[in-house]
Amino acid sequence: MSQPLINWFKFASPASFYPLAGKMWPWFAALATAFAAAGLWISFFVAPTDFQQGEGYRIIFIHVPASWMSMFIYCVMAFWSAIGIGFNTRLSGMMSSALAPTGALFAFLSLWTGALWGKPMWGAWWVWDARLTSELILLFLYLGYIALTAAIDDPRRADKAGAIVSLVGVINVPIIYFSVKWWNTLHQGASVSMTKAPTMAATMLWGMLLMALAFWMYSIAVALYRVRAIILERERHATWVAELLEMQR
Amino acid sequence: MNWGSASEFFAMGGYGFYVWGSFGVTAAALLIETLLVRKRLGDTRRLLRRELAADRESQD
Repeated sequence: MSQPLINWFKFASPASFYPLAGKMWPWFAALATAFAAAGLWISFFVAPTDFQQGEGYRIIFIHVPASWMSMFIYCVMAFWSAIGIGFNTRLSGMMSSALAPTGALFAFLSLWTGALWGKPMWGAWWVWDARLTSELILLFLYLGYIALTAAIDDPRRADKAGAIVSLVGVINVPIIYFSVKWWNTLHQGASVSMTKAPTMAATMLWGMLLMALAFWMYSIAVALYRVRAIILERERHATWVAELLEMQR
Repeated sequence: MNWGSASEFFAMGGYGFYVWGSFGVTAAALLIETLLVRKRLGDTRRLLRRELAADRESQD
């Protein structure tokens, strides 16, 4: 077999991923800032006033991207969990635990901005609607993952237990996504569909997509930063950590 | 351009509380997460350096 150009397994070792993550996060942070600037500009100054909801609809520019991210991050956690269980790689569990707080934050923001949107439009901060309830369950799944992995002292065992939670819980993601189709919900249907042309103005769509990109890049940057802290915490007795800290004195 | 004046911009057509409540809390949350994650790595580095120094002293 020919030698691959990049040996991916090399980066599966925490010792080589630590400096790599340190080099990568500033780029993602810069991209997040640029996308957020463009997205916010469109959200407030380019996108026109909605003919039904007035200016109140502008919440969409963070509500929808935050909801997307909350679901997407959970899928990425489940992916790392599957890799961790399948290949027994140490880094996978660290990646999952680095993503969980950010995912939980986006799930919370999705519910928070939804409540602030629901109140003026529906007249209620909260309803026990299928979409809202399944998103609340997603927040609890994130919090459950964090609590469970924090409660187990041995990190490898904590990773295993967390991996099972994220793999079982990932079933909830399609439930959230299709909830507006499967049940009669107060929540409106999907704003953007893979199969149909979008039903909203192009500028609104652009604003939403740019904000989604900003949240996406932010999540990568913050998860890379957090995984470095997790790597150091877990590998504290490794010689490479001692050598690294020696060098940076 | 959607806004005639700054006060019109902040009023958001009467939805100011809801719109700024959403954008404000989101911005604050992301900022706080960034600060916490920075603190976590900084604290860990400091702690490990101190441990390393203590080890070296006990060896001398």
